[in-house]
Amino acid sequence: MARYAIRRLAFSLFLVVAVSSAAFVLARLAPGDYVSTAFGIEAHRDTVEQARERLGLNKPILVQYGNWLAAALRFDFGRSLQYDRPVIELIPERAANTALLAVTAIVLATAIGIPLGVVAGSRRGAVSSAIAAASLVLLSMPPLLTSLFLLFMAARTGWFPIAGMRSAAPAYGPFLDVIYHLVIPAAAIGLPLAAMLERLQAQATSEAVAQPFVAATLARGIPRARVIWRDALKPSLRSVTSVYGLIVGTLLSGSFAVEVVAAWPGLGSLMLDALRARDVYLVAGCAGAGAIFLASGTLVSDIALALVDPRAREQ
Amino acid sequence: MTGAAGADRARVVGGAIVVLSIAAALLAPVLGPHGPGDQFPGLLNAPPTRPHLAGDDGSWHRPFIYRWRLVDRLEQRYEEDRSARVPLHWFAGGHLASSSDDRTAPLMLLGADSFGRDVWSRLLFGARASLGIAIVAALGSVLLGATIGGFAGYAGGTADDVLMRGTDFIMVLPAMYVVLALRSVLPLVLAPTAVFLLLTGIFAIIGAPFMARGVRAIVRTERDLDYSTAARALGASGARVVFRHLLPAARGFIGVEMTLLVPAFVVAEATLSYIGLGFPDPIASWGTMLHDASNVRVFVDFPWLLSPALAMFAVVLGLNLTLQGRATGVESMR
Repeated sequence: MARYAIRRLAFSLFLVVAVSSAAFVLARLAPGDYVSTAFGIEAHRDTVEQARERLGLNKPILVQYGNWLAAALRFDFGRSLQYDRPVIELIPERAANTALLAVTAIVLATAIGIPLGVVAGSRRGAVSSAIAAASLVLLSMPPLLTSLFLLFMAARTGWFPIAGMRSAAPAYGPFLDVIYHLVIPAAAIGLPLAAMLERLQAQATSEAVAQPFVAATLARGIPRARVIWRDALKPSLRSVTSVYGLIVGTLLSGSFAVEVVAAWPGLGSLMLDALRARDVYLVAGCAGAGAIFLASGTLVSDIALALVDPRAREQ
Repeated sequence: MTGAAGADRARVVGGAIVVLSIAAALLAPVLGPHGPGDQFPGLLNAPPTRPHLAGDDGSWHRPFIYRWRLVDRLEQRYEEDRSARVPLHWFAGGHLASSSDDRTAPLMLLGADSFGRDVWSRLLFGARASLGIAIVAALGSVLLGATIGGFAGYAGGTADDVLMRGTDFIMVLPAMYVVLALRSVLPLVLAPTAVFLLLTGIFAIIGAPFMARGVRAIVRTERDLDYSTAARALGASGARVVFRHLLPAARGFIGVEMTLLVPAFVVAEATLSYIGLGFPDPIASWGTMLHDASNVRVFVDFPWLLSPALAMFAVVLGLNLTLQGRATGVESMR
């Protein structure tokens, strides 16, 4: 178990370094740099050269990368070129916003998807069909479409704010205000995810219910509800748990679309801004933060899986 | 959907939606009365024109429309000008239906966008870009993924290990971020053909690992079956065994996986174009159309501009329906 955890940890570290390095090099390889983007074509050549010199953009890519990596290993992630502030100051707030969104979405998805999946998988008839049909519709509405649809409804009814994270003058205090703004973005990511979890849980439940031990337990006179919600739930949850590792990536992708559509100030929109401005240090920082999310998400889900299912440790 | 009959019916409905969408894309110039770039400067954000049969006095006529009269230029509100009927023409100028007075009273079944362009025509032409990119990219994923998976599964050993680690790595990454990072290597604004090639290339790379893993697993099991041993014993080369004998065994899997990748790519194109990194503006694609619709007034006053979202939903739903009773759809979200 310890060896397994250590190997996973090493992979996570590799993931973070590789992803932020790749982002740095890719952003640097792109034609044009921060100076040419920010100063425009009318700037005097000397001004441009001086700015490049000052920001270290005139050195070869490999040298720049080496310097950046060496500094990053000492937890100095460089200064953002466009905001002229250390990257490390800019990222935590945005990362926390994305984390809030992603965690709310996955909690929502689990709370809706798993119970409905158990219901749909353990019985036949109208209820089960209705749940399956609803899931099919939601599965066909990835976060981009769901957020547009929900924002459309919100704009028409005026029940929810249609952009941002905070009001200028919150009516019920800052905390409730954020929750109020969170509803639509979180639902936009959470609902399609709930549909996916529901389908998987329904499949797993119907397989679990068909197993001989369920019939045996029922024959001993244990109530049906208890068998389904306790005895059959355990093995079926095992297979659904393994999907959570894959969901982390999906969650970040979905969060990106929603952050852009609903103007949620998260990591995705920060990275998009940074890419547009060719702000290489900020790009690398965002990518690294995203990779940390990903790594910790997969790590948690893998370790959870190893705890639930001994077979997973052997891989 | 319960039971095999329900799943069958769902597959038929889904298949019909998909076939109709592709047909609509192919027949865009016929079904749409205008070109994707035709502008009507006097009809910015005009609402959909409604074909009528009955006139104001209750008399019946051949299908006709009314002219839009601008009521408020600032708020872009329009009113039907009931004083004159504009009859529709059928099969005129190669269009299925069009207005007899296209200059002042164009037929715009889904209204006009903020440049005064016909949304219905753009939706049809946009289907070409959006579906085209998704289908070509899915085919690219099949090619790339089947080659990698076939090779890894057949060769085994170190090559297998290395390739599968690589695919695992790509699969773990959030697809949208990878697309974004790769996309930004090239200039932000590119010619439409360059965008098409670039996006199909990137999408193919993102989709290939899903294909490769499944194909590898199938090839690995099939490799040790008698028929493949027999082919090898008869002197068939490794490549021939893989492509002629083993990959056909993965046909079902490849079909399902493609059906999952196409909607994912349609949405990915839309997301990229929405943020302005996809097709450049005058080109119609569902993503660029949504990009034009990205402001609050659209939700309240010009909801017809959101029709690309509906079209996208229909296509994704259609493709998902064709998979009823087969797959669970884990990858459809990526």
